Amino acid sequence: MDKASKAAAAPASPDQETWKNSTLAGSLKKMPTRQEQFTTLSGLPIKELYSAEDVEHIDVPSQIGFPGEYPYTRGVHPTMYRARPWTIRQVAGFGTAEDTNGRYKYLLAHGETGLSTDFDLPTLLGYDSDHRIAVPEIGKIGVAVDTVDDVRLLMKDIPLDEVSTSYTINASAFVLIGMYEVVCKEQNVPDNKITGTCQNDILKEYTAQNEYIYPPAPAVRLVVDTMEYAAKTMPRYNPISVSGYHIREAGSNAVQELAFTLAGAHCYVTEAVKRGLSADFVAPRVSFFWDIHNDFFEEICKLRAARRLWGRMMRDWVGAKDPRSWTMRAHSQTAGVSLTAQQPDNNIARTAVQALAAILGGTQSLHTNSKDEAFQIPSEGAIKIAVRTQQILMLENRVADVVDPLGGSYYVESLTTRLEEEAEALIKQVLDRGGMVQSIEDGFIQRQIADASADYQRALERHTEYIVGMNIHVEPAGELPFEAFTLDPGLGERQISRTQGIRRSRVQAEHASALKEIEAAARGNINTMPAVVRAIKAQATVGEICDVLRGVFGEYRAPLVY
Amino acid sequence: MSKPLRVVVAKPGLDGHDRGAKIIARAFRDAGMEVIYTGIFQTTEMIVRTVVEEDADVLGLSILSGAHLHFAEEICKALREQAAKEVLVVMGGILPPPDIPKVKESGVAEVFGPGTPTTTIIDFVRKWHAAQ
Repeated sequence: MDKASKAAAAPASPDQETWKNSTLAGSLKKMPTRQEQFTTLSGLPIKELYSAEDVEHIDVPSQIGFPGEYPYTRGVHPTMYRARPWTIRQVAGFGTAEDTNGRYKYLLAHGETGLSTDFDLPTLLGYDSDHRIAVPEIGKIGVAVDTVDDVRLLMKDIPLDEVSTSYTINASAFVLIGMYEVVCKEQNVPDNKITGTCQNDILKEYTAQNEYIYPPAPAVRLVVDTMEYAAKTMPRYNPISVSGYHIREAGSNAVQELAFTLAGAHCYVTEAVKRGLSADFVAPRVSFFWDIHNDFFEEICKLRAARRLWGRMMRDWVGAKDPRSWTMRAHSQTAGVSLTAQQPDNNIARTAVQALAAILGGTQSLHTNSKDEAFQIPSEGAIKIAVRTQQILMLENRVADVVDPLGGSYYVESLTTRLEEEAEALIKQVLDRGGMVQSIEDGFIQRQIADASADYQRALERHTEYIVGMNIHVEPAGELPFEAFTLDPGLGERQISRTQGIRRSRVQAEHASALKEIEAAARGNINTMPAVVRAIKAQATVGEICDVLRGVFGEYRAPLVY
Repeated sequence: MSKPLRVVVAKPGLDGHDRGAKIIARAFRDAGMEVIYTGIFQTTEMIVRTVVEEDADVLGLSILSGAHLHFAEEICKALREQAAKEVLVVMGGILPPPDIPKVKESGVAEVFGPGTPTTTIIDFVRKWHAAQ
C-alpha cells in the first residue's frame, strides 16, 4: 500500500501511538489492567487494541480475498451456510452394531444430518472380539466390528446415498473403508454417490492418540493405498480426515495443532506424488478435523489460517493445479478436554461458545460434546442438548446468514496471520528435521506436545489459568444432572458368537486365498486394497486381515516420551 | 532420610489416551518420587511383573477405556498374590460414578477423576506412606 491510500484507509481518529500516549495512558493511571500481560491460550501476546496499523502488512487481495476463491481465508464456499448449513454430525458408537444403529436412528430423528462412528479399541487396533486381550474392551468406547456383516447391521435402514457417514478409525482404517464400500455397493449406491469420510490419519496416532499397529512408514503406505484406491472407485468419498483434534486433546496448543496436522497432510500428499500419482488426483479428497477449544478468537483464526496455509502449501509447495486441491474442508468438534466433571451443566455453556467459534471459523460439519462426557458415553438426554445447541445457532442466532462475518476485523486478521506464520515456521522445522516420520520416530513431536500439556497443567495448578468449577468457583460435588449410561453386559458374548459363527460358515478356500493375495500385494508393493476388498467379501475378519500385515510389516513400539 | 517412594504408572489395556498418565508421571517425579512409566498397551501380567520387579510402593493406573472394572479386579487380585508387600493402588480416568465403589471394592484405594489437581494425588500418596 502506498502512503496516500494508507491514509485513505485509516480511520479519521488519531493514530494508535497518539491514543496510547494520551487517552490510554491516562486511563491506566487511574485503573491499571487486571493482569500485566494477556496472551492467547497458545501463549501468543494479545495487545489491548488492534487497529489499521496491525493489518498494514496483510495484502488484502492475496491473503484475505473472497470466499470460494484462493486463498480461501474467508471460507471454502462462496455462499457458505446461506446455501448449505453445516452438517450436524455427532459421533456415536458403543456395544454391537445393532446398539449403535439404534443410536444413529435416535440422532437422525432429532435432526442430525450426518453420521459419525466411533469403533471399540479392539477394532481400532485390528483385533477380533474373541482375541484374549480384546475381551474386556468389546463395545466399551465404540462399536465392535469384526466382519462386513457388522457394518451391514451398523448401516441398516440408513439411506447411504443421502446420509454421509464418517468413520473414526485409523490403524485398521483400510479394512473399514473396504467394508463401507462393499455395503454401499450392496445397497446399489452408484460409485459417484458414495459420500462420507474415514479418519485414516495414522501419523497423529503416533504423536497423540496412540492407536497404531504397524511402524509409521508402512502405515503411511497403507494410507496412500486407500487414497489411490478411493480416488478410483469412490471419487466423492474422503479417504482421509487429517486430524488436529487428537493432537490438541493430547495437550498441544493451537499453533502445534495447526502445524503437525498440516505437516501430516502434506506428508500423505507428497508420498502419493512419490508413488507417481498426481497431487490433483489425491489432494481434492483430503479433508481435515479440528479441535475447537476455549480461546474463542484464536480458534476462529486457527480455521482461517489453516485454510490459507493449506491452500498455499498445495498450490505453491506441491504444485497442485486444481483449485479443489487447495481447499481445506473440515469437520470440527468442540474440545472434549475442556469438559469438566465438576458442575457438569457448565459444559453446555462451554460447548455452545466453542460451537459458535467453529461456525464463525467456517467449518463444514460439527460435533458438539455432551455435558456428561467427563464421566461416560453420552446419555440420550445429554446428546439431545448438544444437537439442539447447533440447531439454535443455525436457526435463531443469525450467525449462519453472512459469510465470514469477522473478516476484516483488525484483531482477527492480525491473529490469523500470526498463527499462519507460527505454524508455517514449525512445519518447516519438521521438514528440515527430515519430515513427519523422522520427527515421530525420534520423539520430537511427542515431546513438544507433552511439554505444552505439562505447561498448561502447571498454569492451572498455579492459578494463572482458570477453569470454572475446577480451580475457581468450586463447589462440593452434588447430584449428577444426567442419567447413567449403561451397556448391555451380554454384548461381548453376542458379538463373539456372531463372529465365530461366520468363521465356521464361510467358504474357507476363497477366504484363505484372499488373505494370501493381501500378503503378496503388501510384499510386492502393489496396492493392497483390491485384495483387502476381496477378503472382506470372503468374510475375513478385521483381525485376520490386520494379522496378515503384522506378519509383513511388524508391530510398532513407540519411544517413551513424558 | 527415607528412601524415595517408588511409583509405577501404567496404562492397562488397549487405550492410548496417555495425557493424564504422562502428567501424573511427571508430577510424581517432580515431587521427588522414583517413577517407572510403563507406556501403553499393558496387560495385567506385564503391570504386575513391573510392580514386583521394580519393588514399587505405589501403582497408578490410568484408564479411559471403560475397562476399569475388569482391570481393577484382575490387577489387585494378582498383586495380592504376587507382591511381597502392600502396594497402594490408585486410579485415574473417565469412570461413571456408579462404578467407583466397585473398583474400590476390588482394592483400588482411591479414584481421581478429571480435573483433580496433581497435588491432591501426591498428598494422598504421601499420607498413605506416612501411615505405613
